[in-house]
Amino acid sequence: MSQYRTVIEPGTADRRYWRDLWGYRGLFVFLAWRDILVRYKQTVIGVLWSVLRPLLTLGVMAFLGWLFESSVPGNVPRLLLVGAATLPWTFFSTAFSESANSLIANSNLLTKVYFPRLIVPASTVIVCLIDFLISFAILVVLMIGYRFVPGVQLLALPLFLLLALITALGSGLLIAALNVKYRDFRYIVPFIVQFGLYVSPVAFSSSDILNSDRIPQAIKFLYAMNPMVGVIDGFRWCILGDEVPIHLPGFLLSVGISLLLLVVGIRYFRNTERGFADVI
Amino acid sequence: MGTPIITVEHLSKRYELRHQQAERYTALRDVLTNKARSLFRRGPAASVTRDEFMALNDVNFTVNAGDRLGVIGRNGAGKSTLLKVLSRIVDPTQGRITIDGRVASLLEVGTGFHPELTGRENIFLNGAILGMGRAEIRSKFDEIVEFAEVERFLDTPVKRYSSGMYVRLAFAVAAHLEPEILIVDEVLAVGDAQFQRKCLGKMRDISTGHGRTILFVSHNMGAIRSFCDRCLLLDRGRVLADGPTNDVLPLYFGVGKDTEMDGFRISAVPLDPSGEWVAGSLMRIDISWAEGRYRPGWHADVACYTLEGTKLFAFQSHTMPGVNTEVVGSNGVRFEIMNPGLVDQDIRLDVGVRPSANQPYNVVIENALLLSPSNKGISRDRVPDVLLVPQATCMAL
Repeated sequence: MSQYRTVIEPGTADRRYWRDLWGYRGLFVFLAWRDILVRYKQTVIGVLWSVLRPLLTLGVMAFLGWLFESSVPGNVPRLLLVGAATLPWTFFSTAFSESANSLIANSNLLTKVYFPRLIVPASTVIVCLIDFLISFAILVVLMIGYRFVPGVQLLALPLFLLLALITALGSGLLIAALNVKYRDFRYIVPFIVQFGLYVSPVAFSSSDILNSDRIPQAIKFLYAMNPMVGVIDGFRWCILGDEVPIHLPGFLLSVGISLLLLVVGIRYFRNTERGFADVI
Repeated sequence: MGTPIITVEHLSKRYELRHQQAERYTALRDVLTNKARSLFRRGPAASVTRDEFMALNDVNFTVNAGDRLGVIGRNGAGKSTLLKVLSRIVDPTQGRITIDGRVASLLEVGTGFHPELTGRENIFLNGAILGMGRAEIRSKFDEIVEFAEVERFLDTPVKRYSSGMYVRLAFAVAAHLEPEILIVDEVLAVGDAQFQRKCLGKMRDISTGHGRTILFVSHNMGAIRSFCDRCLLLDRGRVLADGPTNDVLPLYFGVGKDTEMDGFRISAVPLDPSGEWVAGSLMRIDISWAEGRYRPGWHADVACYTLEGTKLFAFQSHTMPGVNTEVVGSNGVRFEIMNPGLVDQDIRLDVGVRPSANQPYNVVIENALLLSPSNKGISRDRVPDVLLVPQATCMAL
């Protein structure tokens, strides 16, 4: 019986937290499954939404890039260049905003049942990941249409997908925990997402920024601190090959910020988690 | 008595009440302005007045394996907070709880039910939320469906369910949990009487059949009495009483063995040689009043209720057979009430006096006394051939 012994004391960081988390993996799966089932209930075109949204973004961003004459390397079609950025961006923006709101959306669970709270934003991110995999069909169709054959570097794509996941989860956890106490973040999140689309290399390429003479060094540094720069550059390189090279120093900075976000996100989440039910 | 399965030591939970704020959540703006202000002023930010509220205040108790503990108290006594702390939903401010076993809490019926999902899907989802594994849910699926009586609607979204069906399904899932400790908060307040009985029966099965420990919060004292062997009475965050249900319930209702209030003194003495109010024997109720309180012509009434408030019977001094107008004396009045066969069920007594039979009462003393009928059967000394129906005599003191 003592194998289940639980001691509840104020403020003690639970040493068995991660084991507990593993024990609740069933719930994690069920929550993700619920969100997938519910996502497109009572909609007419259902799962097509997960393709339609990135497709529309892709169209608008490609148009903007064409309008402002952003550079297109060699023989890469513009739609493919923008598409390779739109998909990870859409994944990040939905995963980030939905996980940031996930705790509040599930407040009835938080105040009535115990489970490691990390499960809620994490399962939300997984649902968005599945949406991303479905929307990947857009790229496949484009590549077939342009008769574009990717190189072996495509095999590295899961690594960059993982990076996108880390970025979305880290920032999502941080904002979700802050959102429980400060509802201001409800209004900040849509702004970050909207703003982020313009400061990330979706309509343009990183080389437009980093190789420009007109842009001061400080702005380039700020640009590289955007964690989505690393993710998108990585995606482009995997799909389009060496014609769209990764700018290494900027890339490393961006990855560093992603990892930092994850660490800060988890730590802040863990520190405030026990008080969620009191303040939500 | 078994071994302790839950030990609660010096448990406290403090909430801060902020009087300035009307909204439920903090706005970042307030935090920033307060921080900014405190930079320029000495001491803490003054604009928010804080008040402390002890939802739980130094609570101590232990629960043994197999106990069925009722947690009772008025609204705001701390019952729900206690259950939430025990379920690890909120963190205590002080103290320590040791729990030896898996806990499943049922603080609300249908937590996590999603209206868009079908009954079948919700069984799996709700089971997972309450801590069941997929295999465990699958093995109990048929039992759950049968218990909830929703076979025909399994593939209908629960938003189309009637509220009764919804509750039945939700309780059915929870009832099939197999934790060592089950924590249940006021969930039987819903559903029809028959289903409530079924739920209590199921909980009893879980407790006796499987030796599980159950903590049960309810305002339904009938359910508490029939289900719990022990009760914890909370009042404003403290433990007021902890003991066998029959000893604690009278405290909850605030009734005692004799009373003095408002210039009235009311006492009860059983007349049976056994010293108990066995069926067929008399209980002498003396109602006396202080000099000067009495007005000539007073009528006195007594009424007996179950603790849950169901009226059992009542007697009026002036409608008794063979009494004269002087039945209520200047010192008081005496009723001798026969126990008409009540067993093991506490009775509370209300007393009222009024100028005449059809006028409003001058004085009403509710919950004046607690009468405890004996469970020893029928008095040997009872008047032969008296039918066991409510009856009493009345005389002046």
